[in-house]
Formats: sequence, structure tokens, C-alpha cells
Amino acid sequence: MPMLTKMPSVLIIDDNAARASIIDAGLKAAGHDQVTIIQSMDGIAIKIMDIAPDVIVIDIENPNRDMLESVFQISRVVKRPIAMFVDRSDNATMQSAIDAGVSAYVVDGLRQDRVKSILDMAISRFNAYSRLERELEEAKSALQGKKIIDQAKQLIMQARQINEDEAYKLLRKTAMNQSRKITEVAESLVSSASLLGASGKDI
Amino acid sequence: MIEINAGFLPLTDSAILIAAKEMGFAENHGIDLNLMRETSWANIRDRLAVGQFEIAHCLAPIPLAANLGLSPFSTKLIAPMALGLGGNAITVSNELFDAISEHTIVDPMNAKDVGLALAKVVETRRLHNQPCLQFGVVHPFSAHNFELRYWLAASNIIPDVDVSITILPPPIMADALNNGQIDGFCVGEPWNSVALSKHCGKIITVKPAIWASSPEKVLAVDEVWANNNPDILHQLIKALYEAAVWCGQSENLSELANILSQSNYLNVTADIIMPGLDNSILTATAEQVETIPRFFEPHAGAATFPWQSHAFWLYSQMVRWGQIEHSSDNIKSVRSTFRPDIYRAALSSLGAIIPTANSKVEGALSVRTPVGAASQSLYLGPDGFFDGKAFDPDQIDSYISEQALPDSKA
Repeated sequence: MPMLTKMPSVLIIDDNAARASIIDAGLKAAGHDQVTIIQSMDGIAIKIMDIAPDVIVIDIENPNRDMLESVFQISRVVKRPIAMFVDRSDNATMQSAIDAGVSAYVVDGLRQDRVKSILDMAISRFNAYSRLERELEEAKSALQGKKIIDQAKQLIMQARQINEDEAYKLLRKTAMNQSRKITEVAESLVSSASLLGASGKDI
Repeated sequence: MIEINAGFLPLTDSAILIAAKEMGFAENHGIDLNLMRETSWANIRDRLAVGQFEIAHCLAPIPLAANLGLSPFSTKLIAPMALGLGGNAITVSNELFDAISEHTIVDPMNAKDVGLALAKVVETRRLHNQPCLQFGVVHPFSAHNFELRYWLAASNIIPDVDVSITILPPPIMADALNNGQIDGFCVGEPWNSVALSKHCGKIITVKPAIWASSPEKVLAVDEVWANNNPDILHQLIKALYEAAVWCGQSENLSELANILSQSNYLNVTADIIMPGLDNSILTATAEQVETIPRFFEPHAGAATFPWQSHAFWLYSQMVRWGQIEHSSDNIKSVRSTFRPDIYRAALSSLGAIIPTANSKVEGALSVRTPVGAASQSLYLGPDGFFDGKAFDPDQIDSYISEQALPDSKA
């Protein structure tokens, strides 16, 4: 490939290996063949000098960002000046990068349009990862909620001698009257019951 | 209620912001203070720049750097209030402490003798071809960086030549000291006390010993937001002032330490936070201590007043260490960053004790002295540098040229 069309090399700094690998996969699918992932910040200045990346993508929550930026300022460590990627004409991209939890640095002089596609990819992959995490969390809590509701139903059925369907309706009605979630009402019922000596689990 | 989004880093000197929320001072002024903990000053800067934060707990030189064009963003920041004075310490490894102790009895308030002892250690290491001592600070644009460098240089140790200074995030300082990656660091609390609690270091000197009554954090505010919301900003400054008064009362310190220890704030135990609030940090590892000033002062002595002389001194050090060239345009920019006029306008109705001057000669007061103030008598000082030199902001050109570095050590 001629030099002019060569893809910029990308360094991903992320201590979350799973997230780093999905960005890596996305970039490779988009034709980026020079992607390096670093998880640890140990000796970062030397590593950056060796890798000489055109673009650095870092998780915004990484507490080492201040250190990383100071490394860029020391020109004798990093041969090519690196600056934070900020396109002043495109505040929306910066907003979405920060919302997604991504920060990017580029070698000065690199054309912004070539960097933007990398940043856009990182943003979408960071968001996808957060969505996955959130869905997993929701699935977990939904499962937990179902368990609690089942326990509460059992307690009500036993105390009131009613069937499961009626017990559920009673729970739902109470929740509506109190403007609370069914799982919240179920949770308070189960915890009160366990305080009073009846364990929902034993039923 | 008006919602204000405020960023902070988990440090003891975020106390005023946190107390304003937790003790109801913000709410009393119609403000719902939404405090968001951050992991780096870069994040604080970025979120201020794109408008996600209206205000933030901020290293005093950061708004200066932003307005001097040293930030990636063009967003201008102002500092209409300081968030206390003092609060940092220089902690070194047990090994280095022992080496210094061979030359002097370590009194953290005696920065001069400790500095001379450190110079002897540095010289001995040089004669024995041992590697340069490494010190850690939290940010290039920080009072930590500038006070450490000032102290070293005035002790005849040239920073970046005789010792190296690197940037490290505060939470890893103690471990870096423990594993020998660094020999010492200059940070705010609770990170010195954290290192002390792990027995991996000892304090050799403190910020109030290097420069008494010196600036540390400020309230950084997006200038455009400030201009569009002057009344809200005034209410906010009132709330923060009342919080500062509360934080300054010794009977409130244990409650304050408990609040700060919460997992959404500093997330370290109150017994680690307390030494930085009640002064016991000064005697924690000292061999002797002659004078006990206030280590961290949230209120007394106009501790929240944004002195322009503080801004000019910080700027002089940015020039001294090659971060920016000195120019008259830059002086204008510095003058328009720290905003005592806004502080005064916000607090005039509160009967607060406010200095009538915007600037003072730093180092002019060797003892606590009554000075001119609106409404009540105000005591300032001492505010001297440990080497006895004064900083007159009106003579900044000569101050800068006198501090110009020698090319190499003779």
C-alpha cells in the first residue's frame, strides 16, 4: 500500500480486557491492521516510544490520564508531539466521546477526518459494551425480582389462604396504591417476614 | 431549586463543596448541588469544557492554564473563590527519611533545615554515582509541583537536573513509594496519611512551612455560564462560604471527617482523614515540631478569598519551569482569571469578612496581622516563604528574571 493511504496505527489503553478487544475487533474489521492494546500503565512512556502510535484511545475513567498527558508534554520521551483529539468545530463528537467514556490523543498534524472514524468506532464500541453490561445487570436484577415476587406470593398465599393469582393481584394493587414497584413491595414483605421469623425461603 | 453539576476529586480539600451539600447550605440558597467524583484532573477539565460541569473543585493553576491557551479546549474558566489554604505535605520513603535524619532532626515546619539536609543527601548520591532521586506530583499545573520545585531550588537542588519529578495519580503514590518507583511525593490529603498508615513513608515538610497561607484548590467556573447566571453564582458562593465557616470550626471536624469518609466521597476511613483536618498530621512522623500552624485552613485568614497575588505567583512559576513564556498579554489573562470582584459582590450582603485589596505582597506578613477589610477586622498571615523572599505582584518582571534558571550547576 502506498504511504499516503496507510491506515494510522492505534494504541488502546484500557484495563478492561473485554472492552479493549471489542474495540480492537471493530478497528480490524474496518481495515486497521496496526492496533496495539496495553492494559498496564507500567513504563508507559517507553512503550509509547516503542509503539509510536498515531492515535491513542484511552478509557476516560483511567486515573493515569494526567500522567499520560504529562508524558506527551515531555518531547524527549515521545519523539512526535501528541495532543488531545479536540475538533472545535465538532463539539457533539467530544460530548458523545465523554459520555461514552472515551478519550483520544493524536499525533499533531494527522488529518482529523482520518482520526474521527477511529474515535467514532471507539465511541460506538464503548457504548455497545456499556449496553451489554447494563443488559446483563438488568437480566440479573429481573431474575432476582422474579425470585422475590415468588417468595412474597407464597407468604401472602399462606397468610391469607388465597391462590397464587389472587396473591399476585394483591401485591400489584398494593404497589399501585403506594406508587412503588411490585418488586419493592415484595422485598419489604419478604424482609419483614424474615424479621418476624417466617422465612420466605422456607415456605 | 437550581441544579448545579460540580466535579470533584476525592481529596480532603473538597470538604467545602461536600459540606455545602451535606449540611444543607446549598439547599438553603436554592441550589441542588450535584457532586460528581472524578478520577483525573483531565476529566474535570474536559467536562467543564463541554459543559457537563458548570463548576468544579480544581487545582488553582488549571483555570490559569486554560485561559493562557495551555488546555486543548478554548473554554475560558474563572476562579471566583478559593477552597482553602495549605493542606499538602512532602512524604518520603523510610530510607530517604533516615538519610535526611543523618544531617538534621526532622521538623516538618523547618523546611529550610530539611531542605539543606536533602541537598546533602543528593550530593552524597551524586558522588557515589547513585541514581537521581525521583519525586511524584499529581499534575504539571499544580501548587504541589510548584511548591516542591520552589523548595528544592531554594535548597540548592535543581529540579529535573539533581532530582526527577514525575506525574502520578494520588491513589498510587503510597504503593509507588513502597515499591521504590519513587523516593518521595508532594500531594494533598488524605494521601500522605494513607502512606503513613501503610508505614511506607514519613513526612519531611509541609506546604504551610514552604509558603504559609498559600493557595491550593479553587472553585473553577465556566466563564460563559458565570456571565449568564450571575445571581445563581452569587447564591452558590454564599453557600460555599457558609460551608467554609462550618468546616473551619473545630467542633465540626469529626462530623466532617465522617461525611468525607463516605463511599461516594473519599471512600477512606475517617481516622485516615482526621489528621489532615485536626493538624495531628504535623506531628505524625516528626522527630520534633517547634511551631504548629493550621495545616489545612478552610476559612480563617480569608482562606476562600481568590487573591490575585496567588494567581500571579502561580503564573510566575509556570514561566519559571518553562510551561509558558512571560508576556503582558498573559498578565492580562491571569488578572482576569481570579475574580475577587465576584467574591466580594456575592458576599457583601452576608456580612462576611472580606479583604478590601485584590492583591498583597506575599511574604510581607511574618506574624498574624490585622488588615483592612469590609465590615469587621480581618487577621491575615503569616504568609511568608521559607527562604525569606517576598513576592510583590507589581514587581513580577524582576521576580521572574531573578528566578531564571542557571544553565547548569557549577
